[in-house]
Formats: sequence, structure tokens, C-alpha cells
Amino acid sequence: MHRTKVKVVEEALDANNTIATANRADFDRDGVRVVNFMSAPGAGKTSLLERVLGDLGGIRPGVLEGDVQGSMDADRLAHLHVPVTQLNTDSGFGGECHLDANMVRSALPALPLADIDLLVIENVGNLVCPAEFRVGEDARVMVCSVTEGEDKPLKYPLMFRTCELVLVNKIDLLPHLDFDLDKLLYNLDAVHPNVERMLVSARTGEGIEAWRDWLAGVAAPHEVHA
Amino acid sequence: MHELSLSSAIVNTVVKHADGRQVTAVHMRIGALRQVVPDTLEFYWGFVAEGTVCAGAVLEQELIPARLRCAPCEREWELDVPVFRCPTCGGADVAVVAGNEFEVESINVEEVACTAPR
Repeated sequence: MHRTKVKVVEEALDANNTIATANRADFDRDGVRVVNFMSAPGAGKTSLLERVLGDLGGIRPGVLEGDVQGSMDADRLAHLHVPVTQLNTDSGFGGECHLDANMVRSALPALPLADIDLLVIENVGNLVCPAEFRVGEDARVMVCSVTEGEDKPLKYPLMFRTCELVLVNKIDLLPHLDFDLDKLLYNLDAVHPNVERMLVSARTGEGIEAWRDWLAGVAAPHEVHA
Repeated sequence: MHELSLSSAIVNTVVKHADGRQVTAVHMRIGALRQVVPDTLEFYWGFVAEGTVCAGAVLEQELIPARLRCAPCEREWELDVPVFRCPTCGGADVAVVAGNEFEVESINVEEVACTAPR
């Protein structure tokens, strides 16, 4: 027996990216645009969806809810009468803390792709792992709430750099907090210069219209690539 | 915390290339922007490798510093704090030259000498 060195030179996440590309092709075939919606736990993802999904103009949305356990978030969206599919990650190694391309792939048969124009994938609340795993999305949106601290972009640069839109939520709480909004926006610009951002409050509705328009815009009719 | 998923991704990649041979070492190139904690990755590696051809294999981690390059002023620098604007011109037209790697560079495998009669 002897030892041999085998040259590999392969990104370890290539396998995930390959599946993500396959997912994207399936979504494209049905004309469905996909948003990967991410944040820390409790930043307000579900509340921000509750605010807009019932009123996206002519855009028909659907939601894929990723949670380690339970269907609480899906239940909260039930009154909006949009199709919601629950995906629990607890069949993995102790409950995966993120969705990966393969998990989303396994949920494809349960998604009513023919009946929707926009799929919002509400990822598991986590600022680390979801950033690593593409799932086949067209755009990434993350929520950062003002109760989380101004230094979040510096602590989780991968997440903040990987998204097209940052929603700064819970701004109705600003008068009650020692939170320096300018400092957060400064840090955000340092980590992801010129990233689009919106100041919103899911509670009062402030800024929600811009968020709604942005989300509807993702799925607005577009030229089909040959 | 992503080190568990990442070590699984390494095992899957290595198993594919090992082609059934026992793996004794895996050499990874890991960029600073991946925010991987080396000790944590090694800790999970031990568990995830168990029951595969990677069981007992040493995980060698070559850490690659993050380097950025500003297109307009051509400055290239090593990143120590996550600020993605050029320190010279303040511009945002900045490319990551290195630091995004999460690459299985090579593996060491045990070859069993072929003793079958020809």
C-alpha cells in the first residue's frame, strides 16, 4: 500500500451551487422569480411579509417557509390567502440552521409554481449559514432590525455583502433606543458600498410601500432570456 | 456555526474524488472572507468524516488572507477590517482578488497495490 496525492482544486460548495442552478432553471421554466429572505431570528421577516404579500398588484406570490421546527410562521401568513409551503430542516444533523439548494429542491414538488409569479423563501433565522448556500434565487433580501446593534454588518460581512436589498426594520423603536442609525448605515456602506437599503417599520407601516414596490418589481414582467 | 455544514460539504467533495480509496489527509484553501473558525471546522470534521473514506483523515487548513483591488486607482491591499471601499480614493469599484476560497486543493489517499493475476 502506498500513499498518493490527488490534486482536486474544487470549491467545496460547488455541489450546492450546481443544485441551486438546477432549481433556478426550474423556477425560470415556470416564470417564477425567487427571493431568498434572510435575517437574524426575530428581526421581523414574517411581519414584513404579512405587510405586503396580500397586496402586490397583479403579482401572485407564494412562500416557502424554512424553519428548524414548527409551522408558526406559516400559520401567521395563512390569513393572506397566498400559498405557503412549510419546509422543516430538523431531519438533518440536529436540525439545519439554514436552507440549502437540496432542501429547496426537495420542496419543489410541493410548490404551486404554475400558480405564482414570485416565490419568497423565508430562510431560517441566522446571519451566518444562509449566506453560504445559494438556493436558486434571483435576489437576496436581508432584514436588520435596530434592536440588533450598529456593528452587525462588520460582524457578518458575508451576509451583508451577499444581498441586493437591506431592510432596516423596527425604526418605530428608535426614540426608545440608544441606537445610532447613522453608524449602522455607515458600517453597512463600508461592508457593502451602495447597497440598496430601506428604513421600515412592520409595526407602523412606515416605509412599507417602498418595500412592497421593490418586491413586486422583482416579479414584474421582464424579457425572457433566449 | 456554519462549520458543520461546511465540513459536510468538504466530505462530499472529497468522497467524490477519493473514488473509494481511504483518505489520509485533505488540504483545504480557506479564504478569510469565509469567516471559518479553524478549530471549529476541525472539530466537526472529525464527526462528519466518521463512516466515510475520510474517517481519521487529517484536515489541513491553509488560510488565505483577503486581498482587494481598486479598479480606478489600481491599489491592492490586504483586508483586516471588513471595509470594502478603497482606502486611497474611497471608491466602491473594488474587486476581491483573494479571500473567497473554500477549496479542496488536494487529498492524500492510500492506493492498494494491484495484486490480482493478469
